[in-house]
Amino acid sequence: MSGLTIQNVWKEYGDQVVLENISLSIAPRSFVALVGPSGCGKTTFLRMLLGQEVPTRGRIDWDGTALPPEPGPERGVVYQRYSVFPHLTVLQNVMMGPEMRQAPLVGRVFGPARRKLADEARAMLTEVGLSGAEAKYPAQLSGGMQQRLALAQALMMRPRILLLDEPFGALDPGIRAEIHTLMRRLWNELPMTVVMVTHDLREAFTLATRIIAFDRTRNRPEERLRYGATITKDIAIWPPRRAGAQTLYDADIPPSQDDLTAFGLTSGTTRLPDGDIPDDATYPPHG
Amino acid sequence: MRWINQRPSKGAQVVLACLPFVLLGLAYLIGSAVRLADNPADKLLPSLQSMGRMIEVMALTPDKRTGDYLLWSDTYASLGRLWAGLGIATALALLLGLVIGVLPVARAVLSPFVAFVSMVPPLALLPILFIVLGLGEVSKIALIVIGVAPILARDLSLAALALPREQIVKAETLSASTWLIAIRVVLPQIMPRLIDSLRLQLGPAFLFLIAAEAISSDSGLGYRIFLVRRYLSMDVIFPYVIWITLLAVVMDLGLRVLRRRLYPWTELEGAR
Ligand SMILES: Nc1ncnc2c1ncn2[C@@H]1O[C@H](COP(=O)(O)OP(=O)(O)OP(=O)(O)O)[C@@H](O)[C@H]1O
Ligand SMILES: [Mg+2]
Repeated sequence: MSGLTIQNVWKEYGDQVVLENISLSIAPRSFVALVGPSGCGKTTFLRMLLGQEVPTRGRIDWDGTALPPEPGPERGVVYQRYSVFPHLTVLQNVMMGPEMRQAPLVGRVFGPARRKLADEARAMLTEVGLSGAEAKYPAQLSGGMQQRLALAQALMMRPRILLLDEPFGALDPGIRAEIHTLMRRLWNELPMTVVMVTHDLREAFTLATRIIAFDRTRNRPEERLRYGATITKDIAIWPPRRAGAQTLYDADIPPSQDDLTAFGLTSGTTRLPDGDIPDDATYPPHG
Repeated sequence: MRWINQRPSKGAQVVLACLPFVLLGLAYLIGSAVRLADNPADKLLPSLQSMGRMIEVMALTPDKRTGDYLLWSDTYASLGRLWAGLGIATALALLLGLVIGVLPVARAVLSPFVAFVSMVPPLALLPILFIVLGLGEVSKIALIVIGVAPILARDLSLAALALPREQIVKAETLSASTWLIAIRVVLPQIMPRLIDSLRLQLGPAFLFLIAAEAISSDSGLGYRIFLVRRYLSMDVIFPYVIWITLLAVVMDLGLRVLRRRLYPWTELEGAR
């Protein structure tokens, strides 16, 4: 079984059952949007996929083997906040991952290797629209810029799974539409499976291949502790969206028309196959 | 307007900041003049002239017996001890704080112990230090280390623990090992706090230094003050106290500038 397989996963904190009996399989290269009311356990679920928390019961497999029990470079994450390092400049933030991978002893690279890495990092920053901000510190960036920085930082590691926890929640509609276009393009170009928590159904329908809704099925006050949330809806987007392929309504929607009814030119990927980001054939450098 | 919203202008701030100093100086001058008018031989509040004369003797004339300029040789001896103590304490605290903040196992072993040790009153240990380490430099430096290091270490481990868990997890997804998380994520973010805590510990460090010098020494600022106390030489003690205070103030400012230079991101709005 390739992709992510979640089998009968429960999560309890002390007496409180947060998630009960979640079973789900996620095909490789899907874009899953996770929706549900506040406090139903979406972040908890994402943390388990990340390895930050372990399920109380059940198991989570990736390509048939159990996920490593601690976070690692095969899984990238963008949190709602605290996702970038405040003590590093934008460029240093983006270089941080590859640097630590190349130099496990000092965590820094020097000389030509550093210049090469800086060039890659700059290319990635251009990709997410942050060129020109290289020397700034995160505190000098707007919320939207910080989230794009976090995205760039995570993508530098070429993760197989990208986990996003309400990454664009705090952004204004204009920037959000911009970042959606970016997100869709990156997902088309990079061989990764994306799981994104969102409260915004429009966002879910704009980006995802599949929408999963978590909710409590029993919600009386006396049942609150003993029963957790589970999957209540599992919607595949139709017509199906496929990574790297054109879909009828996957237009790059201009910010002013962030609306599903706005059709435009369809283009799955905006880059030539010999662009600076390698295609599937050379992936992944690890894992 | 409410008091809470009334802010002095830049110029007014300078004037207001000088006010307490001027008042204190005036109070001293008046008190001294009144007492000296009463009894010209009064030693308690010497006049500025007699203090100036003593400063000249201590700082600008070589001592008859040793040939040293006393103020400078005292300062040299004291600062040597202070910096040695603070240096060792800082290194120790950084190591302990980092290990406690980063490794849960080390935290389990060391955290209660460091908390316990930081509650021992250092001055109560001074006799033990003198007995065990002798009356030389080592015991004085050790007193400063024992007095300062545990508090610094606790503060640093708290700062390390206060880093959002998300940052640590994020570093793990960027392929960081425990070691790399310690040196590239935690260490640079607790360094500014180290400098700030060190500033706050300057006062206690001077206290321990002067206490140790007062009891057993043959040089140093604390030694001199307690030596001339026998002759009620307020005209030496006052300048010495002001000098010690100035040294501490300059070190405090220096550390503050250092933090701004080395860690400019700490000055940004919303960085923490
Ligand atoms: N570390 C923890 N210890 C105890 N309870 C926890 C912990 N983390 C989460 N919970 C509980 O688990 C439940 C789900 O929390 P979670 O953060 O996953 O919700 P969420 O779906 O992400 O909500 P939101 O949409 O508001 O972000 C909450 O009731 C919360 O109180
Ligand atoms: Mg959440």
